[in-house]
Amino acid sequence: MSRTARIFAGLFVGLIFIAALFPSLLAPGDPLAVNPSEAFQTPSLQHPFGTDESGRDVYTRVVHGTADSLTIGLAATALGMGIAILLGVMTAFGPRWIDSMILRLLEVLYAIPALLMALLIIAFTGPGTTPAIIAVGLSTAPGYSRLIRTHLRTLVNSEMFDAATVLGHSRWHKIRNHLIPNTLSTLLALITLGIGQAVIWASALSFLGLGTPPPAPEWGAMLANGRTYLHFAWWLTVFPGAAIVTIAAGATLLGRTATRSRI
Amino acid sequence: MNTPAVEIQNLSVTFTGPDKTRVEAVKNISLTLTRGKALGIVGESGSGKSVTARSLLGLTGGHVTADTLNILGTDATRLTEKQWRAIRGTKVAMILQDALNSLDPLRPIHREIADALPGSRKHRKRAAVEALHAVEMPAPILRADQRSPELSGGMRQRALIAQAMIKNPAVVVADEATTALDTRLTRMVLDQLAELKDRGIAFAMISHDLAQIAQVADDIIVMRHGEIVESGPTKQLLSDPQHDYTKQLLAAIPRGVARFAPLSQVATFDDTTATFENFKDPVDVREPSDISAIEVHGLSKAFGDHAAVFGVSLSVPQGSTLGLVGESGSGKTTTARMILGLERPDQGSVRIFGQHFAPAKESERRDLRDRLGAIYQDPLASFDPRYTTSQILINALSDGTTSRSRQYLKRARELLDLVELNSSLLSRSPRELSGGQRQRLAIARALAPTPDILVLDEPVSALDVSVQATVLDLLDRLQLETRTSYLFITHDLAVVEHMSDRIAVMTQGELVETGTAQQIMHAPSHPYTQQLIAAAPDWNP
Repeated sequence: MSRTARIFAGLFVGLIFIAALFPSLLAPGDPLAVNPSEAFQTPSLQHPFGTDESGRDVYTRVVHGTADSLTIGLAATALGMGIAILLGVMTAFGPRWIDSMILRLLEVLYAIPALLMALLIIAFTGPGTTPAIIAVGLSTAPGYSRLIRTHLRTLVNSEMFDAATVLGHSRWHKIRNHLIPNTLSTLLALITLGIGQAVIWASALSFLGLGTPPPAPEWGAMLANGRTYLHFAWWLTVFPGAAIVTIAAGATLLGRTATRSRI
Repeated sequence: MNTPAVEIQNLSVTFTGPDKTRVEAVKNISLTLTRGKALGIVGESGSGKSVTARSLLGLTGGHVTADTLNILGTDATRLTEKQWRAIRGTKVAMILQDALNSLDPLRPIHREIADALPGSRKHRKRAAVEALHAVEMPAPILRADQRSPELSGGMRQRALIAQAMIKNPAVVVADEATTALDTRLTRMVLDQLAELKDRGIAFAMISHDLAQIAQVADDIIVMRHGEIVESGPTKQLLSDPQHDYTKQLLAAIPRGVARFAPLSQVATFDDTTATFENFKDPVDVREPSDISAIEVHGLSKAFGDHAAVFGVSLSVPQGSTLGLVGESGSGKTTTARMILGLERPDQGSVRIFGQHFAPAKESERRDLRDRLGAIYQDPLASFDPRYTTSQILINALSDGTTSRSRQYLKRARELLDLVELNSSLLSRSPRELSGGQRQRLAIARALAPTPDILVLDEPVSALDVSVQATVLDLLDRLQLETRTSYLFITHDLAVVEHMSDRIAVMTQGELVETGTAQQIMHAPSHPYTQQLIAAAPDWNP
């Protein structure tokens, strides 16, 4: 990865975090302020991304939506990864029957498309931000579990581990010296890639009306809303869509940077 | 004889590095290949021998200059890529080294062999079967339809030879075609290669192992640092080597060299006054011991239905070396892993200095662990990739409690000293070390808890013969100085004979014969051992 790409990724992440933590710095307006007289304005200097059917400024809404999307992305990834680490460690270190039991369970879960599973979970919990987090988190966990299990297995069966065993190092020392450090870089890459993915899925749920409820400025919900006016007001869908794409791409770029710099 | 098939005068190949530095990999090489004759090119890794061979196919990837580069009457100094393609495979063919990776596992081998031929599929398949027949593949019609994973290592290597021969090339180049093969397989491939000469092919064989080259080649050139240091007819070169480096290579071959006699003689060549007298065989000062360092009784292990090891019993007296020899898949490594307590035996037991070691709980045998060390074939895989040399050693010295504490630095330096490594390497990553240095580092690490026993699993198989010699000498010295007991596992008969007091022969999971090195090598009693010894190259320089 080139230096410029790394700087770009860094700047980009900085910008996203400012947008998430202090959205007023970038967009001082109120994302919920309605002004029917200014409905469906095309992008201009005053409204860089235009306005929607109620005259709300799309730019302000996109910036203020960052926090929501990012929270869902981070929380869902944290949940999925947490479950995955637990299952991965249990399968890699536990007795064989636990391993095969969890593996069978994962295979069954794997067979259900993740989005479908998220919808199933929402069907139980009802729509909302927290249910969206739980749904995305739970449905991504099986994939992560498999990756983590394989990674841990490879390490535990490696000659590096054997060498430490022969030198008489205790189990805890082996885990602390070799397992955890050599797993962290993989995890970091998985997490950054996962955040981008989770943002997309959270938006997909909102798009279907199952995530954060309106009028909150959530990107997926904005997309769904703009769809109705797509034939004459393209800016309602293009800008939230572009935001989703950039955040997912940026997280992926960052993940790749993290992986490469470890090698 | 007729005109030479290939004539090269003053060939140089230069590579340009990423930072515009130029490296001359091959400098002013001249050689000729004649039909029906084999030329051996010998040298250690990095000597430029592969680059030289690849220049015959226009595959060097570097900048090639030559006064003459004549391939079968074609001036090849200025060929376009397209013109090269017309030569490759058709006029000049190459036998690839790694039979496992060189054949597509998803395609039947007849397609892998005959893809380059024109004509209908049926026609090509017939040609492939004929080619397999010519390399004495058993049941060629059946094998032609199989895929490479269904074939044994020897069959794969034959398939590769058939592939190289399919277009009847006039020149064949074999690059390390026998490296990493078992004794009997090597024999078979060498026989096959020698047969190419009878077909009137001009043949070039490249290897780091002079002993194998000598089996096939009529003439040999010795390369070092991209230059030819000596060349001549095989017999003359072996019996009366002129250049010091050739002598060094010859001395490095362990075949028939007495126990503890040094194989590496690097020191002599820098010092004109020194003679070989300085390197008289060290006297074997060891006294036979009654104490068993390792005592293995009835060890068995099955993986599923497959019995990997069955009823193996052996013992290693303190201060001596037991060589465990066998082909790949014979169960040597599984036996070693059970002795090291890395694999739980289904049956049988392992005792270390009379104390029960396996099968046992890890916590019960931790104290005994300090008396046992292990060396592996690929040292790099046994190091944590994030660690530097000093961290590897400190981690071993501190029982895994730390990898940074400076209080162990002095001991780490002493360990490097012991294995003849410069302590300036402490801050380096093992990836920056050469193969020989890595193996020395692995030995240094294994010596950290001052073990009484070393289990060495193919410790020198991945090394060049000249580097192997220095590592074997180091192991000899350590054994004389510290009375460490060795269990030395290898597929190489020459190495095992040189290193062992006693030898145990394994095949298909069972120990078929155990005896003194002398008995096994010169009067083997089991049919399998006899076969194995017979397959080893005759070697009388």
